[in-house]
Amino acid sequence: MYPSGFSKKEEKYKMKKKLISLLLTGVMAASLLVGCGSSEAPAAAEPAAAEVVEDAAAAEEVVAETAEATDGVIKVGFAQVGHESDWRTASTKSCQDVFSAANGYDLSFVDCDNDEAAQKEAVRSFIEQGVDYIIIDPIIATGWDTVLTECDDAGIPVIIIDRTVDDSDKYVSWVGSNFLTEGQAAGEWLKAYADAQGISEINALVISGSTGSSAQIGRSDGFKEMADKYGFNILDEQTGDFTEAGGQEVMESYCKSYAGKFNVVVCQNDNEAFGAMTAMDNAGVAYGVGTDVILISFDACTAGLEEVKAGKITADFECNPLAAPFVEEVIKTLQSGGTPDKEVYMVEHWYALPDQIVDFSINGEAQKMTEVTDDVIAAQY
Amino acid sequence: MKNGKLSWKKIKSWNLLLPVVALLLVMAVNIIYDIANGNNPLAFFTITLQQTTGNGTILYGRIIDILNRGSEAAILAIGMTLVVSSSAGTDISVGSVMSLCASFCCMLLAGYGVSSTSTLAVPLAVGVLGGILMGVVCGMFNGTLVAYFKIQPMVATLILFSAARAIGLLLCNDLIVYVRNGSYAFFGGFIGLLPTPLVITAICAVIITLLLKKTALGMFIQSVGINPKASRIAGLNSKRIIFLTYVLCGLFAGIAGIVASSRITSADSNNIGLYLEMDAILAVALGGNSLGGGKFSLAGSIIGAYTIQAITTTLYALGVSAAQAPVFKAVIVVIIVAIQSEPVRNYFKKASLAKKAKEVA
Repeated sequence: MYPSGFSKKEEKYKMKKKLISLLLTGVMAASLLVGCGSSEAPAAAEPAAAEVVEDAAAAEEVVAETAEATDGVIKVGFAQVGHESDWRTASTKSCQDVFSAANGYDLSFVDCDNDEAAQKEAVRSFIEQGVDYIIIDPIIATGWDTVLTECDDAGIPVIIIDRTVDDSDKYVSWVGSNFLTEGQAAGEWLKAYADAQGISEINALVISGSTGSSAQIGRSDGFKEMADKYGFNILDEQTGDFTEAGGQEVMESYCKSYAGKFNVVVCQNDNEAFGAMTAMDNAGVAYGVGTDVILISFDACTAGLEEVKAGKITADFECNPLAAPFVEEVIKTLQSGGTPDKEVYMVEHWYALPDQIVDFSINGEAQKMTEVTDDVIAAQY
Repeated sequence: MKNGKLSWKKIKSWNLLLPVVALLLVMAVNIIYDIANGNNPLAFFTITLQQTTGNGTILYGRIIDILNRGSEAAILAIGMTLVVSSSAGTDISVGSVMSLCASFCCMLLAGYGVSSTSTLAVPLAVGVLGGILMGVVCGMFNGTLVAYFKIQPMVATLILFSAARAIGLLLCNDLIVYVRNGSYAFFGGFIGLLPTPLVITAICAVIITLLLKKTALGMFIQSVGINPKASRIAGLNSKRIIFLTYVLCGLFAGIAGIVASSRITSADSNNIGLYLEMDAILAVALGGNSLGGGKFSLAGSIIGAYTIQAITTTLYALGVSAAQAPVFKAVIVVIIVAIQSEPVRNYFKKASLAKKAKEVA
């Protein structure tokens, strides 16, 4: 495209330029390599695990049913989604803590980096390793039948956590959150709290999560169910995509469209709540404990609970990332020859300050709220 | 009468006429909506003084929201315009680079591995300049590949498009890094009555305009974009000019990244600048610029960026549900692009010529 072949001096200058540009590319390439480092780590770990397999394979013939008979160690394989959020990190850590060597487990952990093919490969490598149990947090809901059939044929029970599998039922249990219950809890609490405070009319604005995600659907449906039941007025529902920037922008608009007309703001995760707080600050709207605007949030991560403690978020409804203890229960049931439930819902906490704690029940089941203290915050993920 | 006619002619030949009309049309939708709902017809355009909670008094209104929220896209559009003009290609990495710059800045401010802090590990200026510098480095990388290795711009910038966000996540140890320090909130907050992002956009636009108009740089960029070979023979170092535009684009991506991150006083690597490269490219197109390079109008691109935000803000104001919003956005964009297209413009030109011919006859 560009003509070349100029004077020697210019040629030399061009060479120098090229050298500099090469160098620059080199630097960037090096930083890219660093970038790949993390995804290589699990791959590098696999050959090491494979070596163990060979020993195990020999032993497997003898000890067909459980590896427990040899040394009492239960081998568990966990194919995790990735590491995209604090929630995910907490989920991973929970598994590593519960299935530790000290507790009598041998955990093979694979971080699949949001790569669905890699996840299926990880599950197959678990089968080859002859693990006793496989835990999967499926990156996508479909395409699992073949792999789970392989697990079934190998006689290895599979436990699904968090996300769901749609096209196969060849797993023992699914352990996860009931988003619908979370939404219902928020609605029931709001009714009970409004009654206690003598608030007769609820005008709610909802900032929902990423449209179509299971958390968004469950929380919206649950809250809407209660709104219909108790006659709450839902003024508007728009998505903030589970992000702080999204929550900020939606709330900024709400403050103008519904100035002075709303008394409840429901954010479907803590990040959206942080954004909504900034927007309400800028609009001069007071919110939280002791004001006219009740702010409800979901997830209850550490940062969220800190805002509850500060009285900014009135109540926070947890989405528990710590699935491992519940998975362990399932495994113990299986070990003792029992049949665990097909769907296991995790115990979740509803957080507030003492003055905002009221008694309520969901579908006739009495709920206990948890007071937010420094200890609770420190223990949270 | 004669004077009036003259100024009308002037307006008609104004190159920013169509972008401005598009922007006004989008906003006019709100007047119709407000009238239909029995609200104050000018509710959308009303700007009031608002007492904030602990942040003094600020200007408050939907127009301010548009100017505030559209700033990142406007800043990106400045850089994108230069890149499009000089290389007839687009830099699709700007959104990811924004995220990387924000992550790097927050990592410096919080310290590596710290996920939440209210005290700064390094002075604010070090973090912010570090973040912007990261943008410059990314721009140099893109520029080197495009100008010196002659790789297609889209392919060259595809590398950072996919890698920059991931590098940002690594820098942040895979966490959202919260820098809950009041001073960091400044760049996304308010300076006096005005939103800081708007002021930053204005400063960027003024500096780059002076640079382009007071030096020959603007002309050089256009000439390289129109015909790189001829420019080369005329004595311009085409490669260096293309390289420079990518560096500037990276610089502006860095600034936009800092603004986006400061708004939420955190580095949300997964979401900062997501799909914003598309908005920036669209802004350039809406501004009446050809994506084929050559002549460009910076003001047009900036108006284009604010038009996109005006659409978003309007959809919020109308309460269009999130699921349907993209469809409305697409329809509006199609209309705006269509009225600026060559055949439509020619049609109107012919129509007015015919009218004139009739008048003369």
